Amino acid sequence: MLTILFDGVAYGMLLFILASGLAVTLGLMNFVNLAHGAFAMAGGYVTVVLMQRYDVPFVATLPFAFLVPAAIGAVLERTIYRPMYAKSHLDQVLFSIGLVFMVVAAVDYVMGSQQQLIRLPAWLQGRFDIAGIGIGRYRSFVIAICIVLTIALQYVLVRTRFGSRLRAAVDDQQVARGLGVNVGVIFSLTFAVGSGLAGLGGALGVEMLGLDPTFPLKFMIYFLIVVTVGGRSGLTGPFTAALLIGVVDVAGKYYVPQLGAFLIYALMVAVLFLRPQGLFAVAR
Amino acid sequence: MTMALDTPRPALTDLVGKTLSRRRRWKLGEVVFWGLTAAAPFMLPRGMLLLNEVAILALFALSLDLILGFAGIVSLGHAAFLGAGAYAAGLFALHVNADPLTGLVVAVLAAALLGFLTSFLVLGGTDLTRLMVTLGIALLLFELANSFSAITGGADGLQGISMGPLLGLFPFDLQGRTAYLYSLSVLFVLFLAARRMMASPFGLSLRAIRDNPLRASATGVAINGRIVLVYTIAAAYAGAAGALMAQTTQFVSLDVLEFHRSADLMLVVIIGGAGWLYGGIIGAILFKVLQDAISLATPQYWQFWIGLLLVVFVLGGREILHGLLARSRTALAKLASRRAP
Repeated sequence: MLTILFDGVAYGMLLFILASGLAVTLGLMNFVNLAHGAFAMAGGYVTVVLMQRYDVPFVATLPFAFLVPAAIGAVLERTIYRPMYAKSHLDQVLFSIGLVFMVVAAVDYVMGSQQQLIRLPAWLQGRFDIAGIGIGRYRSFVIAICIVLTIALQYVLVRTRFGSRLRAAVDDQQVARGLGVNVGVIFSLTFAVGSGLAGLGGALGVEMLGLDPTFPLKFMIYFLIVVTVGGRSGLTGPFTAALLIGVVDVAGKYYVPQLGAFLIYALMVAVLFLRPQGLFAVAR
Repeated sequence: MTMALDTPRPALTDLVGKTLSRRRRWKLGEVVFWGLTAAAPFMLPRGMLLLNEVAILALFALSLDLILGFAGIVSLGHAAFLGAGAYAAGLFALHVNADPLTGLVVAVLAAALLGFLTSFLVLGGTDLTRLMVTLGIALLLFELANSFSAITGGADGLQGISMGPLLGLFPFDLQGRTAYLYSLSVLFVLFLAARRMMASPFGLSLRAIRDNPLRASATGVAINGRIVLVYTIAAAYAGAAGALMAQTTQFVSLDVLEFHRSADLMLVVIIGGAGWLYGGIIGAILFKVLQDAISLATPQYWQFWIGLLLVVFVLGGREILHGLLARSRTALAKLASRRAP
């Protein structure tokens, strides 16, 4: 029972890291990017390729899993994403679905459609017992990384100059510009970091979520749920929502496996019906 | 004061009436278009199966156009109603009665019921909430159909459906001739109904809601009621498309509820142009021809090209295409008017 709770928390933490970039672009910048999962998949494949072809140890691949998607994100933001900011939600949806379709087919072509497997180092395998609760080593590792990242993110967003500039740019672009904030650069940086975090999450998730070319489509809905259910006013809402979803999903799949993901979708529809602005949103 | 509010000014009512009746009038191009579709079996006897798919997709697109193009409700889960109709028609044919028309009615009612019940979920909220809710409902249905494999056949699908002859007279043939004419007639009848609806005060009020909900409600349009009604109607249309699909292919699988159905449908409506009843039909024709051509060339990776098309479309291709369409339409109209006198 507690093991399930622990696994759920690990899963939720991972979801939060995966979706944190989306929490900023969709939640704060109000840009619907359904292709967010593609960056996560990029990170996952960076790790897989480095480990399988170049024998790089798992932990050493993680920085690359952050940097490569971040670079891709920065380039794409500068070139094709920027014109989309001003367009309608419908256009943004169509555009990013198109991107997802392209990425899924392209990755299938290059990497093949099979599930990718990686061998974790020995010190991350297996589990240990604390007071009779089985705790996976890898899951504790993931939780530890995610906690550090979450604290860092919250700190950057709330306490630093960059964070306050970002919040200003999101709240009112024109005024922020007028005050000398370089909105374009801030958005590029934010987008890149968000993509990088997604990539890192994707790399960490190869072991827990699996990795194949349909990853962006399979998990798209989960990321969206985290952000829309969490509310779009900061990172605390999505964080709580991610934990909630992680625990409910793991418990649901364990106790009533025949329902599959039914519980999560039902939860989402119910929350959005009762609180269209999200579970933890403050009315604006 | 209340008197003045209750009775609209006669000049205005007159103007609205005139505009609407002008919209209702049939244009030459439309007659030619439907004539061509009816003559298609003689011109393209081998393309019946593909044409049948086009007609069904056109009906499905018409359904999305009703809510997206006219009422401005975005939906990423329209496959829910297609699937509901398909499964209803399939199960009905399998367990109750193999008559196609009865099955069609049953499927339409089932999808309309689902549409009515879920319409309340899209009433409030922003575009984003609507996208999520509709997507969620489609996913829910997919999971349900997957879980209750005893009824739906799960991943294997509903097998062994055999349809009775249409009207008791025309059996479904292998070339798909009956199937196409059946789908085309259903499309035509439902298109007529949609055409009439959208050129009525009801259609006008939907556009008002799409353009500015606040102003629409200020002028006395009961927004919620209208949205529930149009959403239910659109669901019924999609259910009819699902029923046609199930009956003419005599097979239903989880594929009808897949996400790509809803996403492709968006593309179909956007290619042809939303908010224009022929948009869905033209989009369906272009989409199917394109799909056929691409999947002949690269069967496995055809989604890549669909994706590229979407991206290019949103980044600026749409204006170009619709400019071309508009120009050719005016050219055709000029041609027709020159011939007419």
